[in-house]
Amino acid sequence: MFDLTGKNALVTGASGGIGAEIAKALHAAGATVGLSGTRVEPLEALAAELGERAHVLPCNLSDAAAVDALPKQAAEAMGSVDILINNAGITRDQIFMRMSDDEWASVLEVNLTSTMRLCKGVIRGMMKSRWGRIVNISSIVGATGNPGQANYAASKAGMIGMSKSIAYEVASRGITVNCVAPGFIATAMTDKLNDDQKETINKQIPAARMGTPAEIAAAVLYLASQEAGYTTGATIHVNGGMAML
Amino acid sequence: MSDVADRVRKIVVEHLGVEEEKVTENASFIDDLGADSLDTVELVMAFEEEFGIEIPDDAAETIQTFGDAVKFISEAQ
Repeated sequence: MFDLTGKNALVTGASGGIGAEIAKALHAAGATVGLSGTRVEPLEALAAELGERAHVLPCNLSDAAAVDALPKQAAEAMGSVDILINNAGITRDQIFMRMSDDEWASVLEVNLTSTMRLCKGVIRGMMKSRWGRIVNISSIVGATGNPGQANYAASKAGMIGMSKSIAYEVASRGITVNCVAPGFIATAMTDKLNDDQKETINKQIPAARMGTPAEIAAAVLYLASQEAGYTTGATIHVNGGMAML
Repeated sequence: MSDVADRVRKIVVEHLGVEEEKVTENASFIDDLGADSLDTVELVMAFEEEFGIEIPDDAAETIQTFGDAVKFISEAQ
């Protein structure tokens, strides 16, 4: 349905379950994809699976200089960055009263600050071409909060406020900035849960199941498309009805 | 100097869609030529490209008039 032929997309966290699926969806719609992440092996494997129109661009998002360099490397590899998907994220869970400054700062640095740097790095080119799509992957937790995740929730809520502000500033240049906020998604991480744990989670979800990475990728694909040009500053919640926002 | 001024004026006219006569020495991009703050960012980007120079953010903020731009670029070259 959506055609991204001729568009170049940079996806961070492409070595993870959701990131890989996003990259696949954009690629299947015709986009050239730049696959970024810290672990090179899964990125190479994904690039090999996709074949043509896939570039591996390793980057450690806790390294500010590397983050600043990434948009340039992506533009050199692909010719431009028309679509940016900030998907990479880390957690360092801890109850708030025990949360160290380092646990706070490292999560904010990777999830929020690197997203800010990458947005800044790609918008220059998008302003010139009068077209751009930025999709930031937030989380249900950014809207609802979650015990043990004050740092993560702050970073994900911060993404939403930042995205709306940037959306205001660049809307007149044909650039949209939106968020997708996943709920519980079945990935390698949730596979480790036992059946009792899974059942407890599923009881909280009206859809009575976890979501799939493909269901996140579908929302991202829409926001990255030509057709979504009038949707900006929005957050699409993909959570099986767990929080109806 | 005049060459720089002509090239800067051409960029300003094209980008902001104003008449050439309005782009005078003391014309402020925002107050006199109708630019918004993002236009000024784009103008600086266009100057960087045209003249092959880098204009750091703190310097860009001091470029508020046509004369400021011509002066900065002439010195930077």
